[in-house]
Amino acid sequence: MHNSPYLLKPASVQSVMLRVLAALLPGLAAYVGFFGMAILVQIALASATALAAEALILKLRDKPILLFLGDGSALVTAWLIALSLPPLVPWWLTVLAVVLAIVVAKHLYGGLGQNPFNPAMVAFALMIVAYPQLMSRWPAPGAADFATQWQMISGAAVAGLDALTSATPLDALRTALHTAGSGASVASAISAAQGSTFGQFAGRGWEWVAGGYLLGGLWLLQQRIISWHLPLAFLATLTLLAGMAHWIDGQHFAEPLFHLFGGGAMLAAFFIITDPVSAATTPRGKLIFAAGIALITWIIRSFGAYPDGIAFGVLLMNIAVPLIDRATQPPVFGHKDSAHRDFDHGGPS
Amino acid sequence: MRSLFDFHGGVKPDYHKEASAQQPIAVAPAPTFLVVPLHQSIGGMPRPLVAAGEQVRKGQRIGAADGNLSAAVHAPVSGTVTAVEMRRMPHPSGLFALCVVIENDGREVWIERQPFDIHAHSAEQTRAYLRDAGIVGLGGAVFPSHLKLAPGKAGKLDALVINGAECEPFITCDDMLMRERAAGIVRGIQIMRELLLPTRVLIGIEDNKPQAIAAMQAACAGLSGIEVIAVPTRYPAGGAKQLIRALTGIEVPHGKRSTDYGVQCFNVGTAHAIHAAIDLGQPLISRIITVAGNVESPRNYDVLIGTPMREVLALAQPLPDTDRLIMGGPMMGVAMPGDEVPVVKATNCILAGSKNLFPPPPPEMPCIRCGDCAKVCPADLQPFELYWYARARIFGKTQEYHLFDCIECGCCAYVCPSHIPLVDYYRFAKSEIWARETEKEAADRAREHHEFRQQREERDKQEKSARLAAKTAAGRERAAAALASVTQTEAAPSPATEARKALIAAALERTRAQQVTPANTTDLAPEQQAEIAAIEARRAEIREQARPHLPPDN
Ligand code: SF4
Ligand code: SF4
Repeated sequence: MHNSPYLLKPASVQSVMLRVLAALLPGLAAYVGFFGMAILVQIALASATALAAEALILKLRDKPILLFLGDGSALVTAWLIALSLPPLVPWWLTVLAVVLAIVVAKHLYGGLGQNPFNPAMVAFALMIVAYPQLMSRWPAPGAADFATQWQMISGAAVAGLDALTSATPLDALRTALHTAGSGASVASAISAAQGSTFGQFAGRGWEWVAGGYLLGGLWLLQQRIISWHLPLAFLATLTLLAGMAHWIDGQHFAEPLFHLFGGGAMLAAFFIITDPVSAATTPRGKLIFAAGIALITWIIRSFGAYPDGIAFGVLLMNIAVPLIDRATQPPVFGHKDSAHRDFDHGGPS
Repeated sequence: MRSLFDFHGGVKPDYHKEASAQQPIAVAPAPTFLVVPLHQSIGGMPRPLVAAGEQVRKGQRIGAADGNLSAAVHAPVSGTVTAVEMRRMPHPSGLFALCVVIENDGREVWIERQPFDIHAHSAEQTRAYLRDAGIVGLGGAVFPSHLKLAPGKAGKLDALVINGAECEPFITCDDMLMRERAAGIVRGIQIMRELLLPTRVLIGIEDNKPQAIAAMQAACAGLSGIEVIAVPTRYPAGGAKQLIRALTGIEVPHGKRSTDYGVQCFNVGTAHAIHAAIDLGQPLISRIITVAGNVESPRNYDVLIGTPMREVLALAQPLPDTDRLIMGGPMMGVAMPGDEVPVVKATNCILAGSKNLFPPPPPEMPCIRCGDCAKVCPADLQPFELYWYARARIFGKTQEYHLFDCIECGCCAYVCPSHIPLVDYYRFAKSEIWARETEKEAADRAREHHEFRQQREERDKQEKSARLAAKTAAGRERAAAALASVTQTEAAPSPATEARKALIAAALERTRAQQVTPANTTDLAPEQQAEIAAIEARRAEIREQARPHLPPDN
């Protein structure tokens, strides 16, 4: 017989995970609307792979399969990988990424709740290092019909690939700035490609997808599944850095809105850096963790060799989590003043 | 409306309070046999004042307080003592303790009851009187009240907090007491004021008890310095520390006396008991108990201490699928080892449970570090870190993360989406740490004892040998002096020194030999051994309960 408390709130890991999936739907809808059904194929593929890999590993580890499969965490990882990868990558790349995430990043570290690194970001980082070419297969809005997309995913050779794919706004900006040398400016690069790659204030289509993620994220906040610390610190830091750089040198640095809506920032802010297992846990720790990711992201975006730096930002900050958590333990009831006194020790009074 | 301070965390479970608050408090019939445990408060174990065969009167002292950290116990009825023996306690481990068993003669022959005039006595005498009237905290902590009725280091008290919050689901005994006996409570508060001289009195009541608030307000009308304050309904608003924080903004750290922070907190039931003792001369022999949960007609009863729980439960007609009895509420209550255990001063509620009412939690999943537990922890702890280290048996770390500041309120386990019985882990870690400390203390005491005896023996022997050697030396010196007059012998080591050296070497040898046997607990007084046995029992039982959740020993 169990002990007190005898009352339990009707909460479960499963209901948390299902609501996270639900919160992804607005962004996903915009995704399908602008870029076609390919993303749905990738999500289905990633989900099936994740469930199969999870079941297999659970069996090998002699854990209750149905209980753990039912928690929904593998599905969330699968969806986040599919939504992070370009939707036109060949099927095996998605499968490989998901298997690496589930088997290596999650279960080799001990399974649910034990992984120090965000599994989706481990997979994304490995893929972009190993297959930079394939990882640039982003669709141009409305360019390809489903049959062609299907061909690309299934790995068949596709004629006129370049016409069908397109750089993401971040990519386009980088290329423009790099190839045109010092004479180019953000404004000229953007106006040159206006109408195809760029939209109102970021990428065409992508700004709507990001808006969908924002909407879903706000709902997660309202549901108290995530706390405001992580998304706010991340988005605020990114805005601040981009804003300052743009203000100092508007020719070479994109404006904040572009950073917020032009890449994976919204997905990251509400769905990726908020993975509870690998994120910092204390309120102050969350602020530091998220701000650190934003800083690394902005540096890589602005000066690095990869178009988007979120994955690396997340992984680097994951390493620092134990340190951050320990350094930011909130004061315990009744010890608030003494914490201050400890802190003030030795200082001039 | 005064502004309230807030305490961190807390949860809002279903309160289930209406059912037992529909009817007035009823007096539970006195049983034929009463089992009155002698140890019903924090502190020393009262010694029995009666023996089997003796006649007792209602209210007669049958157990005398053991020192000042203790409180007396009294016969709840008149009748015959049939035994003073070990009986099972209302304690989850089912431990046995010394009880006075009384056969009720049904005649209600009271002792002579005299009001106690506090103005004719010193504060010290009043406190002694309350100790001998058996007054302890009736909120559940059963701390002897007289000890809390003395000013602390600060010298003066800023606020006297009266706890009528009653935040545990199902329980309404304080609510009903306030509705029906507000005047008595306020009288008790006035007595406390005379002893503590607080600047103000704050009566905190959760805002889901409008009738109790109204009754208390009416009873306080015209009195200055007393304020009845509705606090927002949120468990555990009735925790003493949380209520003090909500009403005064003061946080009393774990292990510190609240008087040193200028506050003191009493339960409304305690206030009423103080009134009964001082104004009516009645010692604490009964209390109000909520009988609720899986019963046909939940209600509050005025129950004599020592009544078997079974008989109280029967009054409320338990439903057939009742499979357990819980003493206290569903958040912090403890399961009873059987239904024959007696009602004690700490019993505020008898909660009948069933599989339907309190279903077993879904299977435990790994912690996903979601932090929900930290969000609701009223002690501002990081429960998942505590869990992690308790599970790994890294007890030093659990203490670093303030394990002992945990009030075991259960909020963390209540919200955990992974259904981890977090509080079980904390109980486990605490009991392990206590056990180790007790073992260490016992060992230290035994070692000190042992070393002291050795030193004494050694000193005695040395003194004896010194006297002996001196005697011999004196004889030899005379002879030597004679010899020396003939031959000039070269200086030899004095035989006295030699003898002493040998003796010391022997003593050291003995000491070494004895120290090989580890310092153990055989030198302990019987009470200490009993204490260790009780802790061991509790520990074994917690281990047993925690076993399914814990990783294997290695
Ligand atoms: S609520 Fe449960 S799962 Fe969440 S952090 Fe706390 S212990 Fe872990
Ligand atoms: S049981 Fe302890 S750790 Fe859990 S919420 Fe209550 S005080 Fe915090």
